[in-house]
Amino acid sequence: MIDWPILSVVTFLPLVGAFFILIVRGEEATVARNTRYIALWTTVITFAVSILLWTHFEIATPEFQFVEKRAWLSDTITYHVGLDGISLLFVILSTFLMPFCILASWDSVQVRVKEYMIAFLVMETTMVGVFSSLDLVLFYLFFEAGLIPMFLIIGVWGGLNRIYATFKFFLYTLLGSVLMLLAVLAMYFEAGTADIPTLLTYGFDPTLQTWLWIAFFASFAVKIPMWPFHTWLPDAHVEAPTAGSVILAAVLLKMGGYGFIRFSIPMFPEASVMFTPLVYTLSVIAVIYASLVALVQEDMKKLVAYSSVAHMGFVTIGLFTMTPQGIEGGLMQMLSHGLVSGALFLCVGVVYDRLHTREIARYGGLVNTMPKYAFAFMVFTMANVGLPGTSGFVGEFMVLVGVFQVNQWVAAFTTLGVILSAAYALWLYRRVMFGPLEKADLMGMLDLNRREMALLAPLVILIILFGVYPQPLLEVMHASVDNLISQHTASLEAASRVAATAVGH
Amino acid sequence: MIYVLIVFLPALAAVLVGLLGRRLGDRASQLLTCLAVTASALLSLVVFFDIALGSGEPQRVQLLTWILSEELRVQWALYVDTLTAVMLVVVNVVSALVHWYSIGYMDHDPHKPRFMAYLSLFTFAMLMLVTADNLVQMFFGWEGVGLASYLLIGFWYEKPSANAAAIKAFVVNRVGDFGFALGIFGIFFVFGAVDFASIFQTAPNVAGKTWTFLGMQLDILTTLTMLLFVGAMGKSAQLFLHTWLPDAMEGPTPVSALIHAATMVTAGVFMVCRLSPVFEYAPDTLAVVTIIGASTAFFAATVGLVQNDIKRIVAYSTCSQLGYMFMAVGLSAYSAAMFHLFTHAFFKALLFLGSGAVIHALHDEQDIRRMGGLWSIMPLTGIMMWAGTLSLAGIPFFSGYYSKDLIVEVAFAGHGLVAQYAFWMALIGVFLTAFYSSRLMWMTFHGPARAEKSVMAHAHEPPLVMGIPLMILTLGAIAVGFFTHDYFTGHEMQEFWRESLLVLGDHDPIEAAHHAPLWFKFVPLGLAGAGIALSWYMYIRNPALPRRIAETNWPLYQFLLNKWYFDELYDLVFVRPARWLGRTLWKGGDGRIIDGFGPDGLAAMVGNLARRAGQAQTGYLYHYAFAMLIGIALIVTWFLVAG
Repeated sequence: MIDWPILSVVTFLPLVGAFFILIVRGEEATVARNTRYIALWTTVITFAVSILLWTHFEIATPEFQFVEKRAWLSDTITYHVGLDGISLLFVILSTFLMPFCILASWDSVQVRVKEYMIAFLVMETTMVGVFSSLDLVLFYLFFEAGLIPMFLIIGVWGGLNRIYATFKFFLYTLLGSVLMLLAVLAMYFEAGTADIPTLLTYGFDPTLQTWLWIAFFASFAVKIPMWPFHTWLPDAHVEAPTAGSVILAAVLLKMGGYGFIRFSIPMFPEASVMFTPLVYTLSVIAVIYASLVALVQEDMKKLVAYSSVAHMGFVTIGLFTMTPQGIEGGLMQMLSHGLVSGALFLCVGVVYDRLHTREIARYGGLVNTMPKYAFAFMVFTMANVGLPGTSGFVGEFMVLVGVFQVNQWVAAFTTLGVILSAAYALWLYRRVMFGPLEKADLMGMLDLNRREMALLAPLVILIILFGVYPQPLLEVMHASVDNLISQHTASLEAASRVAATAVGH
Repeated sequence: MIYVLIVFLPALAAVLVGLLGRRLGDRASQLLTCLAVTASALLSLVVFFDIALGSGEPQRVQLLTWILSEELRVQWALYVDTLTAVMLVVVNVVSALVHWYSIGYMDHDPHKPRFMAYLSLFTFAMLMLVTADNLVQMFFGWEGVGLASYLLIGFWYEKPSANAAAIKAFVVNRVGDFGFALGIFGIFFVFGAVDFASIFQTAPNVAGKTWTFLGMQLDILTTLTMLLFVGAMGKSAQLFLHTWLPDAMEGPTPVSALIHAATMVTAGVFMVCRLSPVFEYAPDTLAVVTIIGASTAFFAATVGLVQNDIKRIVAYSTCSQLGYMFMAVGLSAYSAAMFHLFTHAFFKALLFLGSGAVIHALHDEQDIRRMGGLWSIMPLTGIMMWAGTLSLAGIPFFSGYYSKDLIVEVAFAGHGLVAQYAFWMALIGVFLTAFYSSRLMWMTFHGPARAEKSVMAHAHEPPLVMGIPLMILTLGAIAVGFFTHDYFTGHEMQEFWRESLLVLGDHDPIEAAHHAPLWFKFVPLGLAGAGIALSWYMYIRNPALPRRIAETNWPLYQFLLNKWYFDELYDLVFVRPARWLGRTLWKGGDGRIIDGFGPDGLAAMVGNLARRAGQAQTGYLYHYAFAMLIGIALIVTWFLVAG
C-alpha cells in the first residue's frame, strides 16, 4: 500500500514544474534550454511516479483505489479522486506520452519556449485530473480547463490558418460544454451530490436520463469526435504543432470515450440502451465515411486525422455493445490508438521539421535516405491498419467480436473499414516513402537523429509488445468492466420490473 | 523444443538481419538467414518422419496467452499433426532452397540484407499460420504472410508498377480477410470458442441448425464456412479475387517461387483442409468451393494461353492449379488436395526458379517473344524446366501425374451436376495446361533465338548456388509423387493422415476414384499429350499459325489477353467510385454541408467575430473562460441557495 497521496502528486507535480519554469530568469537562450530540461524532467518524474500506480494497482477488485477525499466547495462537492481499472491506464497513457511531447518540441519550438512548456505542463495536470476525478464538478473543471492550454498551443504555436482552426475547435467544444454543464447542474440538483461513485448507483428517472444522456453526448461526441461533429479535428491537427497533435489525438480524444464509459453508460443505462442504435449508426458512418475521405487527402496530418475519426468509430461501437469483449476492446483500441496516432503524428513531425510541408506530393522515395524512419513508419502504418501482432489489432478484433454478438449488420459494415484502412494507409506510405528519389531537396534529408530515435523506438517496441501480449493492459480492466456490465444489467432489470408492475396496475 | 526452434529460428534471423543487416554485411546476412531456415527445414523433416510417417502423436506446445476477455480466450500455441507436418516440409524446404538461390539471384542488388530479412520474416509468418491451433493465430499468420508478400512484391520500390502491385495484393487480400474475420466472429458467436479442438468437437451438434444472419435465415455452418472460404479465395487467388496474383510477379523471382507459387497462395487450401471437420457438415459450401475451384482452373488456363511474360504464364498456371486443389477440397478429397499442394510446391517452385535463371541469363528479359534458342546455351536449365513442365502437365510417373490425375478421377467418380461441371473443367484444364506450359518451353528454349546477339552472347547456365536448389527441386518434381503417393492418397492413407482430416463416412471420394475404370486413366494422358503436340506444331513447326489464329479470332484473343477484363471492371466498379465518393464526402459532406451549416455558418452569423479573432487570440479564451466562470458561479450559487 501507498500511504501518501500519490494520485494528487501525479496530478499536480507538473504544476510544480510549471512554477519552476515560471521563475527561470536569464538570457533568452539559457532560459529556453533550462525550460526544456525542467519540463522534460518534470514529465519524466511524473511518469515514473505514475508507474507506481500501475504496479500497486489491485486488479482483482472493481473498487476505486488510491482514493483521496477532501472538503472543497462543500460537503457535497469535494476534492475526490481515485482510479479503477477503466481510468488507470488513461492516466498512465497521459503521463507516458508527455515526455515525448516535450522531446518532440525540443528543436521545433523556438519562440516563447517558456509559455509553451508551461502550457503543456498545465495540460498534463488537467488530463490526469479528468481521468482521476471522482467528483462531477471537479471533473468538469479539469475537462474544461484542459482546453485552455490546447487553444493556446494551437492558436499561438500553430500553422498559418491557426485562428480558423482554434475558432472551430472553440465553437464545437463550447456547444458541447454548455449542454454538459446544464446536465451536471441537473444531476446535482436531482441527486443532491456531485460524488461520482454515489451517482453511479443513483438510478435517475428514465425521462431525465434521456435529457442528461443527450447533454453529455453533445460534449463527448464532439470530443471523441463522432461523425458529424468531427470537422474541427482535421483543422485542429493540421494547424497544431507536432506535440499538440500528439496530445490531441492520443489523449484528448480519449476523454470523449472515457466520458461515455464513465458517465453515459453506467449513470444513464436505459437512455444508453435507447440511443445505442444512434451511436451505432453514427459510428458506422464515421468508420466508412472517414476512411473514404482519408483515401483522397493530400495533407499527411489530415489523413491521419481522418483515420483517427474512423478508429474512434470502433471505440464508440465497442463501448456500447455492453459485452465484455466490446468494452475491453473499445478501451484497448483507445490505448492503442493513443500510441499509434501519437507515433504517426511524431512521424509527420519528423519530416515536417526537415521540409516544412505536410503536402504528401512533396515527398517520395524517402526510404532511400531514411531507412530507420521508413522502418518505424512501416510499423506504425501496420498498427494503424490493424495488422495482427500490433496493438491495433487487439482492440479492433475485440470490438468486432463484441459487436457481432449484438448486431451483425454493424459488425459487417465496420469490418469494411478494415479494407479501407489498408487502402489509405498503404497509399500514404507509398507516396511518401516509395518511388524514386527525384526531388532535389529530399536527397539531403538525414535519417532519424538520436533524439528522434529515442522518440520512436519505445513506441515501436510497445506497439508490438502489446500486440503480442496485451495482458498487462487487459487484466487491469477485467474487474471494473465486469462490474460495469453486471451493474448495467441489474439496473435494466430493475427498470423493466418497475415497468412491468406499472403495467400490471 | 524442436517445434519452437522450427518456427522461431527464421523469426530470429529475420529480426537480426532486419535490424542489424547493414552492420553484419551482405554475406553474413545471407548466411545467417540461409542457415536458420535450412536448420528449420532439416528439423521439419525430422518432425515429418516422426509424426506423419512414424507413429508420433500430434503435439501441442503452449507459448503465451494472447487475448483474454471472459469467454474469448486466445492462446499463442504450436500445434503439429500430420497436416501441419506436411506443410512444415513444404514451407521450410522450399523456403530454404529459395533462400540459397537468392544469394545468386540477388547478387547485383544493393539491398541484400533487407531482402533476406523479408524472406525469413515471411517464412516465420507462414509457419505461425500452419502451426496455429486456433483461428486467431491462423489469422495472425495469414495477415503476416500478407505483409511479407506486400513488402516483397514492392521490394524494388522505385518501380511504380511494383508499388501498385504490392498495394493491390494487400488490399485484395484484405477483401478476402473481410470474410475470414467475419467468419471468426461468427464462429466465436456460435461456438463460444476460437480454438480448433473446441470447434471440431461442437461442429456436429451445430450441423443443420439455422440462424438469422444479416436478416436472412441460413444454415449456420454453411454461412460460417462460406465466410471463411472468402478468405481462402483471397489468399489463394481464386476467381473474382485473383487479380492480385499476376501483378504480384513484379516482385523478384525467388519471391514468386516461394510465396506466389509454393506456399502462401496454398494457405487457403490448407485452411479449408484444417477446417475439414467443419466444412464436411456444410455440403452447400463444398459445392460452391468446387464450382469456384473448377471455374478458376479453367479461367486461369485460358488466360495463360496467350500471355507473353514468362512469369505471368507461370502465375496463371499457379492460379489454375490452385483451382484444381479447391476442386478436390470441394469434393471432400482433402488428401488429394494436400497431395497436389505438396507436389505442386516442388514443380512450380522449380518452374519459377528456372524462369528466374532464364531471366537472369538474359539480363532481365521476361517476354518469351524475345527468347528462343536457349537450349544450346543452357541445356541443364532446359532439362530441369522440362521436368517441371511435364510434371505440371501430368505426364505419367512425374510427381504431378499422381496428384492431378487423382483429382480428375475424383471429379469423374463424383455424383451430381457440380461434380460433372468440375470434371469437364478439369479435363479441359488438363489440355490447356499442357498446351500453355509446353508453349512456354518451345518459345523459350527451342526454335530460333529472338533475343539480341549481345544478350545471347552473355547468356549462361546459373551459378551453382542457384543450380543446386534447382536440381533438388527437379528431383522433387520427378520423384516425390512416386515415393509418397501411397501415404498421401494410397494404402497408407489412414495411418498417414489419422485424425487431421475428416471425411464423413458415407462418401470417401478417394476410394471411389481408385475404382475408376482403367481406360479412364488414359483420357487425361491423351489430352496432355495432345496439348504438348499441338503447341509444338503451332510454335515450332508452323510459327506463323498463332498470329493467324489470333487475327481471325481478334475479339476472343483480346478478351483472353486482357484477362477477361477483370481489372478494368474492378477499376470501374470499386476503385473509381471509392475515390469519387471520398472526394465528394470530403468537399461536399465535410466542407459544404457540415461546416457550411455548422461552424462556418455560425461564424458568418456572428459576423465580424472572426476578424476580431485575428487581432487577439486570447479574446476567445477570455470568452471561453468567462463562460466557464459563469458555469461555476451558477453551481456555487445553486449550492448556496439550496444548501
